[in-house]
Amino acid sequence: MRQFWIFTKKEFYHILRDRWTMMILIVLPVVMLILFGYAITTEIRNAHFVVYDPSRDVATQGIVNKLETSEYFIFDGYVNSPQEAEKIFQRGDIGMFIIFGENFYSNMLHTGNAQVRIVTDGSDPNTAQTLTLYAQNLMSSYQQDVFKTEGVPFQIQSDIRLLYNPTMKGLYNTVPGVMGMLIMLVCAMMTSVSIVREKEKGNMEILLVSPMKPISIILAKVVPFFMISLMNFATIIFIATVIMGVPVNGSWFLMIVVSLLFIFVSLALGILISTLVKKQMVAMLASAMGLMLPAVLLSGLVFPVSSMPVALQWIAQILPVKWYIEAMRSIMIMGVGFYEIAMQMGVLLLMAVVLLALSLRNFKIRLD
Amino acid sequence: MNDVIIADQLTKKFGSFTAVDHISFQVKQGEIFGFLGANGAGKTTAMRMLCGLSKPTSGTGLVAGFDIAHQQEQVKKSIGYMSQKFALYEDLKVWENIRLYAGIYGVPEKEIAPRTDEMLSSIDFLSEKNTLVKSLPLGWKQKLAFSISIFHRPQIVFLDEPTSGVDPVVRRQFWELIYQSADQGITVFVTTHYLDEAEYCHRVSIMVDGKIAALDTPAELKKQSGTGSIEDVFHQLTRGATRKAD
Repeated sequence: MRQFWIFTKKEFYHILRDRWTMMILIVLPVVMLILFGYAITTEIRNAHFVVYDPSRDVATQGIVNKLETSEYFIFDGYVNSPQEAEKIFQRGDIGMFIIFGENFYSNMLHTGNAQVRIVTDGSDPNTAQTLTLYAQNLMSSYQQDVFKTEGVPFQIQSDIRLLYNPTMKGLYNTVPGVMGMLIMLVCAMMTSVSIVREKEKGNMEILLVSPMKPISIILAKVVPFFMISLMNFATIIFIATVIMGVPVNGSWFLMIVVSLLFIFVSLALGILISTLVKKQMVAMLASAMGLMLPAVLLSGLVFPVSSMPVALQWIAQILPVKWYIEAMRSIMIMGVGFYEIAMQMGVLLLMAVVLLALSLRNFKIRLD
Repeated sequence: MNDVIIADQLTKKFGSFTAVDHISFQVKQGEIFGFLGANGAGKTTAMRMLCGLSKPTSGTGLVAGFDIAHQQEQVKKSIGYMSQKFALYEDLKVWENIRLYAGIYGVPEKEIAPRTDEMLSSIDFLSEKNTLVKSLPLGWKQKLAFSISIFHRPQIVFLDEPTSGVDPVVRRQFWELIYQSADQGITVFVTTHYLDEAEYCHRVSIMVDGKIAALDTPAELKKQSGTGSIEDVFHQLTRGATRKAD
């Protein structure tokens, strides 16, 4: 036990004395939250649009007005024909165009069959989908305004409703995503690099000749990174809830349990990588290319998993971070309980057990 | 004087390859035992077995009275070890490195501080106690690494090419340290590829193709082969080697 604590202390010296490590621990969570939360946002603002409107009545004016005054859209004017709109669209000057049917207002009031077409650029499906949803949302809210003020009962109700995330605030996606990436970075990448460093510099040889048990060496290596990831977790949650105002609707306890599970999975991955490679550089590349990159691309942090090709969706299933993000999102935004995320927790638990078993077995083999 | 290392028909096979082929020897307490051999001759494998890092395929070995195949934990507690790629942590201070290894080897807490000062002053190093190891010159690091490897007062210290890469002056100083510790009764088991260093050993064994081709005092070896230096003896013996360096 004494050996273990002395060794753990030494690990903290390594960490505290390395400027880059400290940067990662303190600055990175903040930078990543800001980057993904505000700059690299999947939310869309200031999308330009034009309108073809043969009706030119109160309702179409009202809708255009509603769109124009929202923070998402900028109105570029009316066009004389749908073809003209299409040309402007093809030049890439606008992100959306809207075609109203004839006699829009009276149709809306009397037949309940007012027609409007929203055209967006399908080559970027995520943006297209988001814009359409925004526009539809705004239109139906206009509709409701009209019927409320004129005392007419609802005749048409839009069936589009964005659950849980009505304005699609990017931060709801970002916070679990950033958390997942940072835990991967600290637990998998930094742990594996730190273990491999002992091998590369020849220290491992000395340690193996010493009376210290290999399992204590590994545990002592892991403890500091475990604590650091808890700190990162606390920092991110603090910034997200207190400063950025993202509410946590679900149980804090559940959130911590899920995060702990994911931390264990990542630590096991880190140990596993360290048993497979001999050079720090390789360990770093392996965790960057093998874990971080897929985590960013396939976990649903930037692109929704459901809009990926089927093959990639399958790959996404084996990424621990994908399950973690899903579970965290559900807890934070929807406030679900244990039963709703039992699946995600089960998968993470299974991964933790399998990876730990694999890495410990590998570690033993390497000893002789 | 009693034997602290006894190897009896010690053998290690990797598949069909016999890295160490039935070697037998004894090392007495306080002796400086040189372990020579070309690269690939089986030196490192033999040493790993004696340190409890690798199990022998057949044969037995006793180190400090413990069986290397079954009592590895006791073996590890009784020995010190230093390798060519030395094991000091560059980003730790001198005393922190000492503290770490003292703790790993279970030196009693109260003794660590006084023994640290004693050890550092014996190598004229007390002023560098708070220096980060990375700012020390290579020769100093190696002397420090050796002092740390015997800090817990082991019965035997294994040195794996401890002087590679350092200049002759520092090598000389390093050997003085080795002599000092041998005087204190610590047995020194040393591999080296500087053949002139073999002359400093009490006895020398030369491994060729996994077997011990010669084992005696440097003077006797030279006499038997009729040559003027250990280097000549070594070349005479290794000329017939079939294994290529790896």
